[in-house]
Amino acid sequence: MGKFFRFLLRHPTVAVGGTLLLALILMAVFAPWIVSKDPMALSPIHRARVPSDQFLFGTDLLGRDVFARVVYGARVSLIVGFTVAFLSAVIGTIIGLTSGFVRWVDAIVMRIMDGLMSIPTILLAIALIALTRASLENVIIAITIAEVPRVVRLVRGLALSLREQPYVEAAIAAGASPVRVVFKHIFPNTIAALTVQTTYICGLAILAEASLSFIGAGVPPSIPSWGNIMAEGRALWQIKPHMIAFPAVFLSITILSINMLGDGLRDAIDPRMAKRI
Amino acid sequence: MTTSDRRVDRPSSRVLDVNGLSVTFGAGAGIVRAVQSLDLQLDRGETLAIVGESGSGKSVTSLALMRLVEYGGGTITEGTMHLHRANGQSIDLRHASDEAMRSMRGAELSMIFQEPMTSLNPVFTVGSQLTEAILLHQPGDSSSATAIAIRILDQVRIPDAKAMMGRYPHELSGGMRQRVMIAMALSCKPSVLIADEPTTALDVTIQAQILQLIHSLQKEMNMGVIFITHDMGVVAEVADRVMVMRHGKVVEHNDVYSLFANPTHLYTKTLLAAVPKLGSMRGTHEPMRFDLPLQEGDADRARPEVRHVKHSERSAEGVHTSPVILSVKDLVTRFDIRGGIFSRVIKRVHAVEQVSFDLHEGETLSLVGESGCGKTTTGRSLISLAKITSGQILFAGKPIVQSSASSLRELRRNVQFVFQDPFASLNPRMRIGECIKEPLIIQGLAQGAEADRRVAELMERVGLDPATIHRWPHEFSGGQRQRICIARALSVNPKVLIADEAVSALDVSIRAQIVNLLIDLQDDLGISYLFISHDMAVVERVSHRVAVMYLGQIVELGPRNAIFEHPQHPYTRKLMAAVPIADPKMRRARNLELSEIPSPARALNDLPVVAPLVQVGEGHFVAQHKIGGIY
Repeated sequence: MGKFFRFLLRHPTVAVGGTLLLALILMAVFAPWIVSKDPMALSPIHRARVPSDQFLFGTDLLGRDVFARVVYGARVSLIVGFTVAFLSAVIGTIIGLTSGFVRWVDAIVMRIMDGLMSIPTILLAIALIALTRASLENVIIAITIAEVPRVVRLVRGLALSLREQPYVEAAIAAGASPVRVVFKHIFPNTIAALTVQTTYICGLAILAEASLSFIGAGVPPSIPSWGNIMAEGRALWQIKPHMIAFPAVFLSITILSINMLGDGLRDAIDPRMAKRI
Repeated sequence: MTTSDRRVDRPSSRVLDVNGLSVTFGAGAGIVRAVQSLDLQLDRGETLAIVGESGSGKSVTSLALMRLVEYGGGTITEGTMHLHRANGQSIDLRHASDEAMRSMRGAELSMIFQEPMTSLNPVFTVGSQLTEAILLHQPGDSSSATAIAIRILDQVRIPDAKAMMGRYPHELSGGMRQRVMIAMALSCKPSVLIADEPTTALDVTIQAQILQLIHSLQKEMNMGVIFITHDMGVVAEVADRVMVMRHGKVVEHNDVYSLFANPTHLYTKTLLAAVPKLGSMRGTHEPMRFDLPLQEGDADRARPEVRHVKHSERSAEGVHTSPVILSVKDLVTRFDIRGGIFSRVIKRVHAVEQVSFDLHEGETLSLVGESGCGKTTTGRSLISLAKITSGQILFAGKPIVQSSASSLRELRRNVQFVFQDPFASLNPRMRIGECIKEPLIIQGLAQGAEADRRVAELMERVGLDPATIHRWPHEFSGGQRQRICIARALSVNPKVLIADEAVSALDVSIRAQIVNLLIDLQDDLGISYLFISHDMAVVERVSHRVAVMYLGQIVELGPRNAIFEHPQHPYTRKLMAAVPIADPKMRRARNLELSEIPSPARALNDLPVVAPLVQVGEGHFVAQHKIGGIY
């Protein structure tokens, strides 16, 4: 435990980013205990109120409490972020390791990945959502498909360079099967870079979900998400900016904390950076 | 420090006076004293060699002289460094302004670095890099600079200097690049040339050429040369005076003859003992351990020097009579070079061409040659790390089928491999116990507690503390890591160990310890080695027989004595002549020849002529070429 704290002390970006992210996660998990109001409860009498004691972040055009919606919205954002990061890391690693090791697969897979990467993430996600219907699962699937190529490229590149390492050859010379080589020698050495890439994907996915929801192609309006809260505030943003400002601030803080964590981890994991201290 | 004032009688030719130089890195608890109160004098026309192993502070000293050490995070904390300039001025380099330093670097103080592959900028031509250096320090325009550049390229014996000016660094070989580096360093006729391991990355024949070149240019220009190296053979070849450094301190300082004749410090003695002396093994057929006076840690425990148990049997001429364990017949390994739109094969690298040899039980056969001669590919082909084109490999009389998994498995249980780079050949994410155990698990030879017991036994055997079994590879030094690699290779009780430059990346004294370990293991276990190396002096120590490779072919094969004492093939002779001898009294005058090893890449239908081997003595074969003497 002491080791852990010393690590945090030496890498303040990890400490700050991690703490912020932890606070946001706690907020999302304990949302029902933090807010007493129902984020979906309509109240036409209290439409478009500015922030006050009664409505901490004000209300939206249908009289729903923005504070409650923002706190519950964190759930969608974080679920999308973490699920997409996890899924794309797993799928990307499997595809990446395979194409790094099997020549004929590589030629086919990498052309598909090139194709996917040539389409902007949001555009690709919109197209995929348009083919199905708006739901949280479909948003996650769409963003994952858009993000997987990044992981595939990274893992494949690492696998290609790692397989030339003498310790990999040593294992082959000892009679190791390709499966053993991949799981014992290649995969463990990709984890460091993969961790860092995954945090960035988490941030990108949260941003992508918010963008999709903002333009109405994301999660259905029945689920509060930072993107669709902002979308609803769009009409009045010049006279009632609070409807957009609060979810936007939370979105920014989330992305900032995740990026700080990612940057910090990259520096902490890279031995060349460590030597400078 | 007994003779530091020996040259006081010649102060007029003095160019460099360093007193009490100290350099530190870092601060507070993590402070590293890289150099501690070092004194150094250098005269014109004199070569001072600074010798030491990695971390001894020899490179830091040279960087401090150039005042480049500050860029690496070091601080010069004490001392004076006086440079006596050509115009009679004397400047303390320690306090010189950045501007003054810039005007002197390259003009009065020049430096050649170790790695010729990376010290030239790949995006500029040789000519533009050279003229840039000249224009910085000398008056004149670009046409006069070009003229000077061509003259200096001529001076470093580069053929067709004019054409060379327009070439890019990647078009040149390592030796040529180092010549260009020297040309650049000498373009402004400096008073002091600092050469930091200038030949370490080069092949031995090229090294001889470069050493000779530096020597003759030093005479022509009357420069003081500081030559930094870890190779006592090179020191004996070039130095007038020698400074031995260890842990940032000068431990011995003497002229080269006295130092080699009467080393006083224990560390100097260790270094000298660890240098294999070519020609020191006349009259014996067996490998010989190094006699190391200074033992570091528990790495090399005292072992009885006289050994009676020999697993190998041999006749009086040193020819093995024990059974053949590994036999190679007409091995050919070629690599395709692809190009064009449809990635068709446009050329082939003929890495190994019809190589045949037998390896006997308990014998060490060395494969020697220079980079690109195919010795490593031969070793890799034997354990199917490289795909063979044709030929046959027999293990204990049974042919190995490269496409059969069970055949390969069997081969890999009996033939193991030790790689050159001990830092890259251990998975950084596996504890060393796991690393050593891995072949056992893969081959299904042992599991659980039995495997752990075997690992502990192996670690003890190679001189490692079994208590360190749960440590990570990065916690070990290079020599210890190579011991781990050897333990790993030995875990499955192989009959043959292929050691691919296994000691080349190690410091001299560590190298001697590992060589001793290999010799001991052979005596105890009766294991056969295929020892692949470019270092002729080490080869002389460890081998029973030697095969010399050139352009993928074996040009000479025979007992060690025969190869070293009566080399027949012209290439073998050239190789032997190029090896530096660790004795300053045996310095040889060398002609400034300039030859390069041709590329083994050939057009598709252009097959090389493979010269047949003809017997010239007992077990001694030499390639017989149709045209005499051409190789």
